[in-house]
Amino acid sequence: MEDTSPRTDTSTDADTEDKMLRDQLQGIGASDGSDKSRDQKTLRRLAQNREAARKSRLRKKAYVQQLESSRMKLTQLEQELQRARQQGIFISSSGEQSQSNGGNGALAFDVEYARWLEEHNKRINELRGAVNSHAGDGELRIIVDGIVSHYDDIFRIKGDAAKTDVFHILSGMWKTPAERCFLWLGGFRSSELLKLLINQLEPLTEQQLLAINNLQQSSQQAEDALSQGMEALQQSLAETLAGSLGPTGSSGNVANYMGQMAMAMGKLGTLEGFIRQADNLRQQTLQQMHRILTTRQSARALLAISDYFSRLRALSSLWLARPRE
Amino acid sequence: MEIARELARKNAAVIFTKCWCCMCHSMKALLYELGASPAVYELDQHVNGAEMEWGLRALGCCPVVPVVFIGGALVGSAQDIISLHVDGSLKHLLINAKAIWL
Repeated sequence: MEDTSPRTDTSTDADTEDKMLRDQLQGIGASDGSDKSRDQKTLRRLAQNREAARKSRLRKKAYVQQLESSRMKLTQLEQELQRARQQGIFISSSGEQSQSNGGNGALAFDVEYARWLEEHNKRINELRGAVNSHAGDGELRIIVDGIVSHYDDIFRIKGDAAKTDVFHILSGMWKTPAERCFLWLGGFRSSELLKLLINQLEPLTEQQLLAINNLQQSSQQAEDALSQGMEALQQSLAETLAGSLGPTGSSGNVANYMGQMAMAMGKLGTLEGFIRQADNLRQQTLQQMHRILTTRQSARALLAISDYFSRLRALSSLWLARPRE
Repeated sequence: MEIARELARKNAAVIFTKCWCCMCHSMKALLYELGASPAVYELDQHVNGAEMEWGLRALGCCPVVPVVFIGGALVGSAQDIISLHVDGSLKHLLINAKAIWL
């Protein structure tokens, strides 16, 4: 119902409304007394105006309240995003998300990864504090064991995510740009990480040095084997798709095309297995390293690994913020 | 059912594969890298392939390929091979079965 009276403003309060209505009525009463029906019509109209104005005020109040709560929610989200960015987590712009169901799975994983990373950084800081304050082996072991088993969580989360959207995991878009430089089968190369660590871990016993070198060699061998399998997969996929090329038109070719697409689909399905084994390799390597080293050495190793990835993420932030021509 | 196990006992290292399976390709590559020369049986090419596959599934092999036997004993799938390789056990198994020599 439209508010037709020019003097009735939605921001006026009820008292002023009443006063204006009384003035209007008095004005009407002072005029020609015989127009009773016209008075009644006018009275009714004014009452309706008043009702409309009241409803309008209520709607405005509801709208403003909604705006207020949205603003609070927006501030909260901005704070969360800021916190995540500070941790060095790469937040891709919404334009890069895919529109299909895969997009939702990808987003859900990105959020879970961000949460895992935040928890990981908390534990690392706790470890750093314990090491710097010369905590005893017992206390260190609890924190170190906690961090190693917390790594199990992210491998499990990645495994679940790879089931819904293997290409998102493979793409590494959930990592920062500089990290993606070193991407191998959806994650880091354990063999490279061990190479970096060997210098940080001294002093090592002869036995430990041998074991760590063997571990580095074993993980490299496994990585190479998995890479060869992936290359075979790529080649096989290419051959399958190329097989359906040729003169178009005949129905035989259409059946061929469908058959080859079906075969290609089957091959794509094996990608998940490669991601799973790559993560299995990372997990086993981490656990074996933990077995070879003493508690204190493991603590130093975990801090070194975490610092290395933090630097990579910081590098990504610097890179993204660099001034351009 | 016994065909797979019979074949597995004939060589120090045996791997069951399928020709289109790329993870099988990876496990073969790893064994070669370690110096082993495993006997390779392709389930989709072998005349007794279907029976062999049935036998392997009955043993609990899932996925059914790749599956590795060393010294006649079931070692496992790609997951098992990688885990054993990382902790150094795979090499020892191969040495003990005389599949490789130091």
